[in-house]
Amino acid sequence: MRHILSILVENEAGALSRIAGLFSARGYNIESLTVAPTEDATMSRMTIVTSGSDDVIEQITKQLNKLVEVVKVVDLTEGNHIERELMLVKVRAAGKDRDEMKRLADIFRGRILDVTDKSYTIELTGTGAKLDAFLQTIEPGVILETVRTGASGIGRGERILRI
Amino acid sequence: MELTGAEILIRCLQEEGVEYVFGYPGGAVLNIYDELFKQNRVKHVLVRHEQGAVHAADGYSRSSQKIGVALVTSGPGVTNAVTGIATAYMDSIPMVVITGQVPTAAIGQDAFQECDTVGITRPTVKHNFLVKNVDDLAVTIKKAFYLATTGRPGPVLVDIPKDVSQQKADFSYPKTISLRSYNPVTKGHAGQIRKAVQLLLEAKRPMVYSGGGVILNDAADQLTRLVHLLGFPCTNTLMGLGGFPGTDPQFTGLPGMHGTYESNMAMQNCDVLLAVGARFDDRVIGDPAHFYRADRKIIHIDIDPSSISKRVKVDVPIVGYVGDVLSEMVKQIESSPARPDPVALKAWWAEIKEWQRKDCLRYDRNSKLIKPQFVIQKLYELTKGDAFVTSDVGQHQMWAAQYYKFDKPRRWINSGGLGTMGFGLPSAMGVQLANPNADVVCITGEASIQMCIQELSTCKQYHLPIKIVNLNNRYMGMVRQWQEFFYGNRYAESYMDALPDFVKLAEAYGHVGLKIEQPRDVEGALREALAQKDRLVFLDVITDQTENVFPMVPGGKGLTEMILAEEL
Repeated sequence: MRHILSILVENEAGALSRIAGLFSARGYNIESLTVAPTEDATMSRMTIVTSGSDDVIEQITKQLNKLVEVVKVVDLTEGNHIERELMLVKVRAAGKDRDEMKRLADIFRGRILDVTDKSYTIELTGTGAKLDAFLQTIEPGVILETVRTGASGIGRGERILRI
Repeated sequence: MELTGAEILIRCLQEEGVEYVFGYPGGAVLNIYDELFKQNRVKHVLVRHEQGAVHAADGYSRSSQKIGVALVTSGPGVTNAVTGIATAYMDSIPMVVITGQVPTAAIGQDAFQECDTVGITRPTVKHNFLVKNVDDLAVTIKKAFYLATTGRPGPVLVDIPKDVSQQKADFSYPKTISLRSYNPVTKGHAGQIRKAVQLLLEAKRPMVYSGGGVILNDAADQLTRLVHLLGFPCTNTLMGLGGFPGTDPQFTGLPGMHGTYESNMAMQNCDVLLAVGARFDDRVIGDPAHFYRADRKIIHIDIDPSSISKRVKVDVPIVGYVGDVLSEMVKQIESSPARPDPVALKAWWAEIKEWQRKDCLRYDRNSKLIKPQFVIQKLYELTKGDAFVTSDVGQHQMWAAQYYKFDKPRRWINSGGLGTMGFGLPSAMGVQLANPNADVVCITGEASIQMCIQELSTCKQYHLPIKIVNLNNRYMGMVRQWQEFFYGNRYAESYMDALPDFVKLAEAYGHVGLKIEQPRDVEGALREALAQKDRLVFLDVITDQTENVFPMVPGGKGLTEMILAEEL
């Protein structure tokens, strides 16, 4: 099953490789990983999307907690949460397709950030599934380039992750 | 007062009460060696290879309640040390490793003797640091000692670039330290402990299985009290030997791949299994699916939550220091009128006695060849079970664990997790320095001993009167055994051709060497060696080439699918 782990980690050199190393050394999956400092610059927040049986996820959580630089680990998928991912996609937009591409971006609540006479660069946010849906809607040959951040997540309501 | 980084480091080691540093100098650590030279509180032990330094620091830690410290230079110094660090990590041995690094400005430039020390060692340490600023040095060393010795212990490495050991900073050593991201749970949950006690008191076929955690947490007394109070059978893993007295009638011997028939049968068939500071290792329980029993409850006490329910689902997990948890259990049982059902317990013991009648450690005592088991039994008798015994890895290690009865903790020193050949001799150096008046014996084989044999020179320099018992069967015995059982007697590369004359070799290093070829000479030679209190004696014992270790659970098999000697 797919899980989203939120990790508060000391903002120190090497923390990222310790975490990434743990996943590769123990054979765990990483679907995506995002990290950036929090409002407290001494700490970073990481979101890792992974998959595995309940036993595997339990081990991943324990192993992460064991790392000296990890402050806290929460499995967001254990409760209500919000998940968002940002995608920038550059598409061919010429001739009769140009209007259609603009309409499609609007339907997906995308924003066109950059325009040339042959292309659009569209910004889209949403769950991974929504971004996938957008990409499936347009012809593969039209996509010039995509870049995705991987999911970030946060608990709903009063669920707060901090120290 | 301003001190250089090197001075700060030495002052930190003094503050930590470090008696010995095991190391080898080189360019990146010359500032540190210069400061070591100028003082005499921290003594330096010069090894002949960095692997030896780390194993020696490891043996020092294992055999005392103190912490071993190793010091090596950058690049090859570090890569040579990695085997030692990984060995300590797998067995959770507290240790601080100081490594030199090229100057900060040269890092990443592929400088001479540069390697990414923090990167290379990351998966083999509890934690590691690169000190980029001399102002951070003292607090980093404090953190290193704190991390190495608390929670689940382990090696911690501090990498110090050469310019950092040269630059100056104000020195003050923190008395205490805390890290917001590091708060191991050390006190067992009261409700879980009550549940565990309840289960133990209701058990009809109980078994206690303890491991290295009992040794590391100095909890042997607490474990022994609990087991005696309950009257339960008890097995100690390879890492846990001495956690419960090996001569106690309630002791059933080693469990696992080369465990006794009775230990393995009891582990498998018990209704309540109390696991204390042990981790259900593949060499202990065999195939986890085969080990599973729906009707068996498992209580697991461990300092590391990730050890719990990793390979085997546990019913009552208790995270905390095993010593405290065991004490609390003893207290609760002592103050309770309830005791385990004596009738059920008697029937269970009768079953265990029946298994013991197999006499699974029996071997041919009338052989004309020297049986390795016989050598260890004689050694046990002559040292009255009171020696510190280190070992290398292989058949001799298993025989030592099976036939030397350890009544006390920290007497049996071996590389259980990583299985590092070459560990025995250098670790014995650390053991001897930590216990200067004790008998220290290294049980080894002719293959293992050659992996770190250069340390014979270190033993000479520091007058370490270690007794080396080289069980010489002219084979990598355990490899040969597997080839005999599972590879149709095709002994691929397991024969050691062109062996040195070990007697001459020992003499060349300035020690005493003796060769023993007849069973009748074993006792006398051991006596003679042990009598030489101020000399290292190398006993080259020519043993039966074809002897195998029994019982044996083949890799991947179930714990009770043992091969016994009589079945072959």
